Amino acid sequence: MRGYLPDYELRAPASVDEALETMAQAPGQWRPLAGGTDVMVELAAGKLPPGKFLSIWQLPELRGITLDDDHAILGALTTYSDVRDHAGMAAEYPMLVQAARESGAIAIQNRGTLGGNIVNASPAADSPPALLAYGAQIELASVRGRRWVDYRGFHTGYKQMGRQPDELLTRIRMPRTPGGAGALHDYRKVGTRKAQAISKVCLAALGRLDDGKVAYLRAGVGSVAPVPLDLVKTEAALLGKTLDAATIDAAVAVAEAEVTPIDDIRSTARYRAVVSRNLVRDFLTALAAGETGARVHD
Amino acid sequence: MPDGWVGRSVPRREGRDKVTGAAKYVDDLHVEGMLHGATVRSTIPRGKIVAIHYEGDLPWDEIVVATAADVPGANEVKLIQTDQPLLADGVVNHVEEPIVLLAHADREVVEKARRHVRIEYAPLPSVHSIDDALAADTVVWGTDNVFTHYTAGQGNVDAVWADAPHELSGEYTTGAQEQMYIEAQGMIAEYDPDAGVTVRGSLQCPYYIQTALCPLFGLPPDKVRIVQMATGGGFGGKEEYPSIIAGHAALLAYKSGKPVKIVYDRIEDVTATTKRHPSRTKIRSAFDDTGKLLALDIDFVIDGGAYITLSPVVLSRGTIHAAGPYRCDNVRVDSRAVATSSPPHGAFRGFGAPQSIFALERHMDRIADYLGLDPVQVRRRNLLQQGQTSSVGQTIDEPVDLDKLVDRALADADWVAKRKAFDEHNASTTGPIRKGIGLSVFYHGSGFTGAGEVHLASKAVVEATAEGRLRVLAASTEIGQGTNTIFSQIVGDAAHVPIDRIDVVQPDTAHVPNSGPTVASRTCMVVGNLLAQATADVVGQLQGAGHLPATWDAEQFTAACRAWYADHDALVGRANYQPPAGVHWDEKNFRGDAYSAYAWACYVAAVTVDTRTAEIRVDDFVAIQEIGKTVNPILAGGQIEGGVAQAIGWAVYEDVVWKDGRVANPQMTNYIIPTAVDTPPIRVAFLEPFAPQPVAKGIGELPMDGPAPAVLNAVAHATGVDPRGVPLMPETLMDLLTTQETAQ
Repeated sequence: MRGYLPDYELRAPASVDEALETMAQAPGQWRPLAGGTDVMVELAAGKLPPGKFLSIWQLPELRGITLDDDHAILGALTTYSDVRDHAGMAAEYPMLVQAARESGAIAIQNRGTLGGNIVNASPAADSPPALLAYGAQIELASVRGRRWVDYRGFHTGYKQMGRQPDELLTRIRMPRTPGGAGALHDYRKVGTRKAQAISKVCLAALGRLDDGKVAYLRAGVGSVAPVPLDLVKTEAALLGKTLDAATIDAAVAVAEAEVTPIDDIRSTARYRAVVSRNLVRDFLTALAAGETGARVHD
Repeated sequence: MPDGWVGRSVPRREGRDKVTGAAKYVDDLHVEGMLHGATVRSTIPRGKIVAIHYEGDLPWDEIVVATAADVPGANEVKLIQTDQPLLADGVVNHVEEPIVLLAHADREVVEKARRHVRIEYAPLPSVHSIDDALAADTVVWGTDNVFTHYTAGQGNVDAVWADAPHELSGEYTTGAQEQMYIEAQGMIAEYDPDAGVTVRGSLQCPYYIQTALCPLFGLPPDKVRIVQMATGGGFGGKEEYPSIIAGHAALLAYKSGKPVKIVYDRIEDVTATTKRHPSRTKIRSAFDDTGKLLALDIDFVIDGGAYITLSPVVLSRGTIHAAGPYRCDNVRVDSRAVATSSPPHGAFRGFGAPQSIFALERHMDRIADYLGLDPVQVRRRNLLQQGQTSSVGQTIDEPVDLDKLVDRALADADWVAKRKAFDEHNASTTGPIRKGIGLSVFYHGSGFTGAGEVHLASKAVVEATAEGRLRVLAASTEIGQGTNTIFSQIVGDAAHVPIDRIDVVQPDTAHVPNSGPTVASRTCMVVGNLLAQATADVVGQLQGAGHLPATWDAEQFTAACRAWYADHDALVGRANYQPPAGVHWDEKNFRGDAYSAYAWACYVAAVTVDTRTAEIRVDDFVAIQEIGKTVNPILAGGQIEGGVAQAIGWAVYEDVVWKDGRVANPQMTNYIIPTAVDTPPIRVAFLEPFAPQPVAKGIGELPMDGPAPAVLNAVAHATGVDPRGVPLMPETLMDLLTTQETAQ
């Protein structure tokens, strides 16, 4: 343990309102602490800057998964285990379930939360690509009120977000039957090993063909940019097109131009670029071949 | 089921304590009045220390501070040489070199203080690769950066090239590897002006630490006591480095007058302690149309890091194993251990052999490819037979049958069918998946090299009590490999008593004789044999006194002990190491009987490569070996499985990322060892012993030698590319695949 505990202040509010009040009094000073799966690792390694932490783990209002007619709504404290255990998630959001299954060990899945995964803002996080592909929105709350914003576009730069200093991420929602009936869901995490790994490249892609033409397409990629990346240009290049070999080649070229990977201790920019290209091609080839439902990668 | 204990899978004697949490590791121990120690280390690879500043809002008046100037004796870590200081004095030669020691009663305060000691340096140029070390544009050690240079072999390779039907050359590299034992290193030291220094901790070799601490404190051996606590793995990582931690803790105890505990966290353990030596091997070979080897010219270099530590011995084992279990009349192995500005590389399971074996076994497959022959066929053409001599001139006396070993491995792995099926699949598929199967054949010498065991002159003792219990006294440590259990089995058989009447005494230099270090796969074969002799000595004394008949059972043994104690105070059996007759080793010329026994093996790996991601999955692994007599089949099988998993890690997962001489990925989250999901089924079998009267050969290191070349040979088979180094990361393989695609 390299962190020096007296250098840290921890407060545990009794309600979301109290949490928001605390954040309003000193905007930007309090860092919300949920499952702690990132913060505790930094603390032990002596890399956590001294500061104030607002524990929200004990707030039941931020838990739970509900499905209404239009949306699946998940509390910010929804853990990976909650996602894995929820039958409705498996039926409609298999890529999110897959992301949850591939995040850390069981103990981490019991503590790690979707809200934390979003605001920790690691480009290598496992759930953001799936949330991007599913067209998620997130709810940001402050004493000034609550607002829903598109998750797409929320990350504006490395560890930069469209969250005001007094705002707390409280809920996440995704449209029901994402991509429409007959869509292909393809989540593939390429990690440093098969389990308990951080991704080198992670693709979540959702697409549907109508009459052989691309009727729906959304894709998120992890670990290839300063932010969890939306492949907006690739999507635009494909919508309405027939998926023949030339179209796929062109789309793969667009995707390759969209990613801006770097070298780090896990992998190289070159590898990430090649794998991004290959995964996009692989997804489009499967889509063109008429595959639907959740793709299974061994 | 065998008659005695040997050959039976009796449960681990300390297993219950370990799984219930009753076992006490060093960090479980609290000594009254104890301080916590921390180590301030260099942040640059090489330079002069200009000044040391103690900064920050900290109670510096309460903090014990020790530097090189506080060492009461010689500031050197005594091993083979004494070039490594306990604490840097005026100059640092690698990143993470210890400079200042701190101690305080509050563990968090001392940790914070550690981060507020600022060292000012005048940097010096540093060396970060084998090539740069050999180029010697910057000299960091001696006159040419070369710690040790050996030449070994036989015949005359230079006379072969001109008329050789075929020639093939290649260069091969292996990376560093972290031992990644579960328990990070740690020690508790106490100092008393009368009793001297006492150190307890996590370690493999108590007498190595005693030898190192005596000159540091100017104390005789009887004033330096070393006690092994329960130890959570070693793999060589707790062979030499614990002397440094013990010296640090003891120095702080000496200066403060209080007990001091130093326990590393994972980051400190991985960045500061030893790794496997990286290597570079160049092989030039000549052979005929059938693959028969005519000449092997091997240039083997290992990176020793900043100080010499054990590098000459690691180099020696790598040199002797470099030509493999093959008959070749003309062999030259030219080998060097060189200095760089990394923390010293050190002992790690295999000890130099995995490095040179990797190069040769990859090269054997390349010869087969070159000739268009099956890799099995090329190896069979060259396998050593009984009566033939190895590359260092050792005549193989035992009736080895390596063809039988290979046959068994191929049969278990379904080699022929899989090789054919994979060839067909790879030739016809339009999909991304490629499949391959590869093998390696190798041997590993048991015990110290050459005259090493003679120099060690190991001793072991077995005492009998009046109740007929036997106490085993040896310095050999239980580090997870089963020492306590196999010792009990061996002694139990020699005394004909149940093993629950045997107590293996905690290794403590105040009580146990020096049975040598727990290294080199020597514990079972060498020390086990000494314990059998010491037990026979006990039996002989009882029989000489007329208390025990020529054949006896456990109750008669107990009665005999009771009778003995009627007129004696003790019953002690002793054994001293005696070299086998007719064994000769010429250290200067690297000729002769390098090891008294070899374990032999053939390993087969089957892999899948996903060409979309260049990820390699090892699907199946067959490990067949001849190890002489198997003392405990489950423990032996566990050793093999664990070693194979560790070697698969070295082959395709474990990439030590260096940044300016420092490990950049020192946590388990970024230093990637294979998990159970990444590890294939490992199918282990022990061949019936070759010799009619088999010894129990060493097996701890054997399984580290063969997997890496078998896996890479399988990847080459799957993809058609020619990987030359480990770890073979997907990034490297993707580059090879891309180059191949472009070439087509």
